[in-house]
Amino acid sequence: MKWETVIGLEVHTQLATKSKIFSGSSTAFGAAPNTQASAVDIALPGVLPVLNKGAVECAIRFGLAIGATLNRVNVFDRKNYFYPDLPKGYQISQLAKPIVEGGALTIAVDGEEKTIHLTRAHMEEDAGKSLHEDFHGMTGIDLNRAGTPLLEIVSEPEMRSSAEAVAYARALHTLVTWIGICDGNMQEGSFRVDANVSVRPVGQAEFGTRREIKNLNSFKFLQQAIDYEVRWQIETLEDGGRIEQATVLFDPDTGETRMMRSKEDAHDYRYFPDPDLLPVKLDDAWIESVRAVLPELPAAMQAHFQRDYGVSAYDAAVLTGSRALADYFEAVAKTCGQGKLAANWVMGELAAALNKAELDIGQSPVSAARLGALIARIQDGTLSGKLARQVFEGLWEGAGEVDAIIEARGLKQMSDSGELEKIIDEVLAANQKSVEEFRSGKDKAFNALIGQVMKASRGKANPAQVNTLLKAKLQN
Amino acid sequence: MSLTPDDVKRIARLARIEIDDAQAQATQARLNSIFDLIASMQAVNTDGIAPMAHAQEVTQRLRDDAVTETDRHAAFQAVAPAVENGLYLVPKVIE
Amino acid sequence: MSDTSLSALAAQLADKQISSRELARIYLDRIAALNPAINAFITVDPEKTLLEAAAADALIAAGKNGPLTGVPIAHKDIFCTDGWLTTCGSKMLSNFVAPYDAHVIQRFKAAGMPSLGKTNMDEFAMGSSNETSYFGAVKNPWNPAYVPGGSSGGAAACVAARMAPAATGTDTGGSIRQPAALTGITGLKPTYGLVSRYGMIAFASSLDQAGPMAPSAEDCALLLNVMTGFDPNDSTSLERAKEDYTRDLEKPLSGLRVGLPREFFAEGLNSEVAAAVEAAVNELKTLGATTVDISLANSRLAIPVYYVLAPAEASSNLSRFDGVRYGYRAPDYASLDDMYSKTRAQGFGDEVKRRILIGTYVLSHGYYDAYYLQAQKIRRLIADDFAEAFKACDVILGPTAPGTAFRLGEKSGDPVEMYLNDLYTIPANLAGLPGMSLPCGFDSQGLPIGLQLVGNYFSEAKMLNVAHQYQRATDWHSRQPEGLK
Repeated sequence: MKWETVIGLEVHTQLATKSKIFSGSSTAFGAAPNTQASAVDIALPGVLPVLNKGAVECAIRFGLAIGATLNRVNVFDRKNYFYPDLPKGYQISQLAKPIVEGGALTIAVDGEEKTIHLTRAHMEEDAGKSLHEDFHGMTGIDLNRAGTPLLEIVSEPEMRSSAEAVAYARALHTLVTWIGICDGNMQEGSFRVDANVSVRPVGQAEFGTRREIKNLNSFKFLQQAIDYEVRWQIETLEDGGRIEQATVLFDPDTGETRMMRSKEDAHDYRYFPDPDLLPVKLDDAWIESVRAVLPELPAAMQAHFQRDYGVSAYDAAVLTGSRALADYFEAVAKTCGQGKLAANWVMGELAAALNKAELDIGQSPVSAARLGALIARIQDGTLSGKLARQVFEGLWEGAGEVDAIIEARGLKQMSDSGELEKIIDEVLAANQKSVEEFRSGKDKAFNALIGQVMKASRGKANPAQVNTLLKAKLQN
Repeated sequence: MSLTPDDVKRIARLARIEIDDAQAQATQARLNSIFDLIASMQAVNTDGIAPMAHAQEVTQRLRDDAVTETDRHAAFQAVAPAVENGLYLVPKVIE
Repeated sequence: MSDTSLSALAAQLADKQISSRELARIYLDRIAALNPAINAFITVDPEKTLLEAAAADALIAAGKNGPLTGVPIAHKDIFCTDGWLTTCGSKMLSNFVAPYDAHVIQRFKAAGMPSLGKTNMDEFAMGSSNETSYFGAVKNPWNPAYVPGGSSGGAAACVAARMAPAATGTDTGGSIRQPAALTGITGLKPTYGLVSRYGMIAFASSLDQAGPMAPSAEDCALLLNVMTGFDPNDSTSLERAKEDYTRDLEKPLSGLRVGLPREFFAEGLNSEVAAAVEAAVNELKTLGATTVDISLANSRLAIPVYYVLAPAEASSNLSRFDGVRYGYRAPDYASLDDMYSKTRAQGFGDEVKRRILIGTYVLSHGYYDAYYLQAQKIRRLIADDFAEAFKACDVILGPTAPGTAFRLGEKSGDPVEMYLNDLYTIPANLAGLPGMSLPCGFDSQGLPIGLQLVGNYFSEAKMLNVAHQYQRATDWHSRQPEGLK
């Protein structure tokens, strides 16, 4: 039997606010345990929540970015359950009236575009952390993370492979970092993915029973977990078994998923509207003021790169992989006026060097202005590609401005035709055999002669100029 | 409607309140008399009535995104049942 | 002291006829003498009180005193008070020394009013007799075989016995007004949102409201001036211009339209209470008021609605008491869940557990619409009745409670019987309206009778005006229990 995979993702993004969603505690990562847990965060008797405007603004920004409906009145509910990292015994979340509903995101897999629709996105608070190192058989609880604002982004079950799920997750990751609502740091848990996975016979209309894989914190694990889960579900069904609705965890060490809890012990969360918080109202003025400062989004920027800088669709997609990269590319392209060349350098030489040094674009030792200046020197004939790579090395090492490096290292392309003619004459004199071969019709010999001229000039000769001059001399 | 001892145990379990069979029995009778009192409410026709969640028709006030809290964990943990290295200690959590 | 009204005490303090320390000492001595019999206080800490009194004296000496600086007050043990044991009447918090001050406490501190101690209350404010306190029942100063009402029973009793000139209370379904009625004092529950709930241990968040309890309406007006005000830490706190609640006290009542809800004078009302309330109505008429018959038809549903909504909110509010970060933790347990279940089974009393179970049930899967949502809809019908009624009258008048104080133990075996005591007080909480109780007579056993005024939103000054004019014409509020004088 042929099987079809159905995947929907729920992504928890930590919002990049300074303070928590309902208290004035810092959200900074990595502080000593419980030093960023205020009276509200540890749920002392009598404390009350007050909503952070910054968190709401992040949610509005997201809603605008995906073309969703922003609910002008949205409501916080309490989700009740007991867990030591949940100090109040309930999580403040949004169930019936979330802030964002609908919207869509376009992904590309193997060159094919596909639109994934979003169900909703709602604001909620993060829980603390349980530390399972042994404290005399006890677990330690750190509530620094408790109350960090989250936007939970729920997709429709529209993905049909792990590759699509990863493409969606990556596109979402790009978007939330692009619009500045999330730092995207997956190691620190800023972007956590739950995958709802089911399989069904191809052609069947109803969905199969799904299992939810919790808390995947890398794209690699997302792919591995889904692939394993899909194989397991198909094998189970083909062996005559049944899939029970369940929550599972992915173990990166074994590459397998394992059951966390079945539907039978699913919680009864007893949601109800939080009486301590009032309905959140979004007015047009606020929404429009947020829209006004929203950056150009990846899709729009891709079109703009193709149109204004003449780069290919593929290159435009790569260059908009992050806002920092896109901004960098655009600055380079503007400086040098050469879009395609700029794209080649950013995606080629620069990307390779960054990759090797394990740096991201924001940490590049070569500024966009300097890379642009370098490309401009290629364009005006000062540098050959080969020389330009040497100048780039200088820039990478921090040796100063482009022209200074060219000067100091004597990397200027030879463009004085008198000097070049002299070298050519010497080369022709020393390679009479090649000259004769050329004249008897062997084109290859011409290339050999160019090579010799370049060698004699120690690479500084302008190849185009050499070509012209050499041709002229040989035809004499 | 009336609650069975099993209902009582189920909700006691949800509420994390230990209850034995005898207590469940006694509690069941008490709770049922309260639910009898509540029952009069259920016959009322409330079609088209908007639920009232708050006493005032006002909307949520928003706080500026600023860090205003300082570290007070020493004072807070002075009243905690069990702490070590700044962490609250609980019986082992098994996931 | 002959006149212990707040204005008189404040005047003596300002004139330096007495110091705040001397005044505090007088009340602390009276507490030491009377509290063993009444059990109105859970915590008394003379050293702390006298320190606060000394600070008040310094303010007075420096001429920086406000209207009530130096006047001591007792606080219900539901308000977190920095450095003070704050128990909420529960074993669960029997060891909880609060690390911060509730907003209400901050305001009284800022006004220079020393705290005489923390008053006894029904556990987590759940009760109408003060018998559910982990720290023992409070006795009614008028007759110690009787309850003082609840849940602010300690506050009411300490004021009635003049162990404190005034006290703070909280009212979720009548917890200020019913004990005020049963002990012969004056108590006011303000419009929801006027007094910050920050630091007030939550029972039912959408209903809870703090207010003053004192012998007279004038005292309550002065206290309300201190207690009310916007608090950015409470999202439900209302941003309004500051009011002077004493401003209308002396206004004559001519033209006042008093609404009499026929449902509040129907079956179930004790005849002696009915007679006293009717006499009060006549008194108001001689003062210039007219009466209007009104109907609050849906108020008959107030108790069922309340016993869905309040336990639902409470079941969630009380989830934080889990033995992890503060408060009681069971000594022996086998696992995390066992620790939770034993801690909560041992730390909460029976009434609290009952309400948590009711609330858990009505919110649980499959029951939410039939109970919680239905109750919220009827809550609106009840509020709408009031809105309609206030088109025809300025203030609504009726009995505070269906009867006078009952004997200790008389109703504690039957929760439903106990719940019916809040029949007349709950509607105002559901609607978020201000309500107050003031003494209007005694029954044949010498137990006080209270009458209730319910006003429109933010009409506290008007209600206090009516109450004050009534109290100028009567002396019920200045009577004191014989044996304790």
